[in-house]
Amino acid sequence: MNDFYIYTDHMAVGYNGRPLIQDIQIRLRRGEILTLIGPNGAGKSTILKSITRQLSVLGGTVYLEKNRMQDLSDKEVSRKMSVVMTDRIQPELMTCEDVVAAGRYPYTGRLGILSEEDHRIVQESMEMVHACELRDCDFTQISDGQRQRILLAKAICQQPEIIVLDEPTSFLDIKHKLELLTILKKLVKEKKLAVIMSLHEIDLAQKISDAVICVHGDKIEKYGTPEEIFSDAYIRELYGMTKGSYNADFGCLELEAPKGRPAVFVIGGGGSGIPVYRRLARQGIPFAAGVLHENDVDYEVAKALASEVITEKAFEPIGEEAFRRAEDVIKDCREVICCLKEFGTGNKRNQELFERWKAREEQT
Amino acid sequence: MEKRSRRRYYISFGVLLACLALLTFWNINSGSINLTVKEVFDILVHHSGEETAYNIVWEIRMPRILAAIILGGALSVSGFLLQTFFGNPIAGPFVLGISSGAKLVVALVMIYLLGRGYVAGSQVMILSAFVGSMISMGFILAISRQVKQMSMLVICGVMIGYICSAVTDFVVTFADDSNIVNLHNWSMGSFSGMSWDNIQVMTVVVFAALAITFLMSKPIGAYQLGEVYARNMGVNIRVFRIQLILLSSILSACVTAFAGPISFVGIAVPHLIKNALKTAKPILVIPACFLGGAVFCLFCDMIARTVFAPTELSISSVTAIFGAPVVIYAMFGKASGRAR
Repeated sequence: MNDFYIYTDHMAVGYNGRPLIQDIQIRLRRGEILTLIGPNGAGKSTILKSITRQLSVLGGTVYLEKNRMQDLSDKEVSRKMSVVMTDRIQPELMTCEDVVAAGRYPYTGRLGILSEEDHRIVQESMEMVHACELRDCDFTQISDGQRQRILLAKAICQQPEIIVLDEPTSFLDIKHKLELLTILKKLVKEKKLAVIMSLHEIDLAQKISDAVICVHGDKIEKYGTPEEIFSDAYIRELYGMTKGSYNADFGCLELEAPKGRPAVFVIGGGGSGIPVYRRLARQGIPFAAGVLHENDVDYEVAKALASEVITEKAFEPIGEEAFRRAEDVIKDCREVICCLKEFGTGNKRNQELFERWKAREEQT
Repeated sequence: MEKRSRRRYYISFGVLLACLALLTFWNINSGSINLTVKEVFDILVHHSGEETAYNIVWEIRMPRILAAIILGGALSVSGFLLQTFFGNPIAGPFVLGISSGAKLVVALVMIYLLGRGYVAGSQVMILSAFVGSMISMGFILAISRQVKQMSMLVICGVMIGYICSAVTDFVVTFADDSNIVNLHNWSMGSFSGMSWDNIQVMTVVVFAALAITFLMSKPIGAYQLGEVYARNMGVNIRVFRIQLILLSSILSACVTAFAGPISFVGIAVPHLIKNALKTAKPILVIPACFLGGAVFCLFCDMIARTVFAPTELSISSVTAIFGAPVVIYAMFGKASGRAR
């Protein structure tokens, strides 16, 4: 058929027999990460729960390693697939090691007694997520970041071929987000695992995923590589953003720009303008930015925050037309801020712009 | 760590077994007739001794002691299963109204049979108690589907318990029979008046259920991590939940059928045991719960029959005095654990 590890053929998912999302076509090889993104309530968790058999699939077929999922027993699936879900668990009197060791369940005998080999795998899994020092801690007493790592260790301990994670990085601080995703990436590389997860952090999704699925409304709106999917406009549309913007190249979010005619003109370039743009935006002062080259890093931010941006083509010196436009705007501004201390041949005329304004100010 | 916890397990089991032996012996030896250690030894081992003393030991005290051991153990294991099922440390056959449901049906069946001149046998009693347990359990399950809050579930259980108890009192009061005194005693909870025939039946039922429970240690352990993870580890949740319900109902039904409703053992003992062992691993907790329940009930029964002798207290009053504070402590511990 193909070499996909998990493969869905027109899968339909939903609750209580009512399909919520239809025609889902997932294709994932081992050694790849597939990420589901989309607004809250779009059904990312529903899809994941259907793949992991917590919900029954309402239509189509799911294939796991070329076997139809419905032909596999719970036990067979448990040796191939492990999960890390969002459900808060409060196991009584269990150490972290106990929780991780629970991952050996599909391999132990009738009474679940661990062998030497099992103990070794538990140990190895905890090392993998750097959680050995947590071994004897009570699972209910550790932090969110540690808990996610322990649950991941449990998932690893199950020696799966695919791991399904539902929002594994929510509630974690940035250090722990990065740590968790780094571990995941390493796992995928070293153990040739397949990973399906949902993420809220689209910037991270863009960086870690081999493929991205956009869940929107009642369908899969887009499915492709991050490069194909991530554009400022599409992310705006996907999440229905009405305020602010998302910069897909930098993966950064900007708040809504102050509205109105520019009161301040900011002369920037080479990253010097960004802090000033941010400060003005924060204070709610509408401003214009210029003259910026289209390949300038300042341009990316100014685009989102300034009410007007005056630009010049990349690699060209500032020309007459841009200069004149800038002068026009400056006339209506009460202030000009120059963030640059030195000027080069490309932006020499920005210096001229600033000096002419200063001269005029002194006259009045 | 491994070594330290292993030592803790050995000590806990050792202490439980020692207590069990000590209390058994003490119980044989205490009562309206005082016997010397030598006399008891002769009666038990050589089957010789004075006629009255022999009869008291073999026909009254021994069955009563065995009943306390078997039923006490069954009750606390049943409590442990219910706590696992509902993920709630204060779930138990008594607070969820399951014991009272069993009591009601047993009372109705007994009165019906007595009215027609029959005496209900052990099997009939167990069967009717089981039916009663399942009816209460059905209600509790229906409620648990609606309310997710565990305290609400317990309150509903207590209410069901009160309704069943009230109806039982009602029918017992108006039942017209000379056996009414027995029935009244039974409905208050007591280990007295056990026959060897009763012991045989309860041994078979309880130990069969316990053996199955013990073999289910593994899925019970997985279930402690929650349904989602248990399923992912290959547990067939539907089948597992049904098994758990049936086992806990059989165990508590057996207790109610023979000794009436006994309060708080099902919550207090598992809580104490888990804290003594410092683990919730079912493979250790299930046998320890059985021993703990046996020790607890032997102890309470001894108090019930000796403190105000010759008047006997109902076993439930004694278990409540010792068990309820533990239950309050368990709730308190859970609440402060959440807040952290």
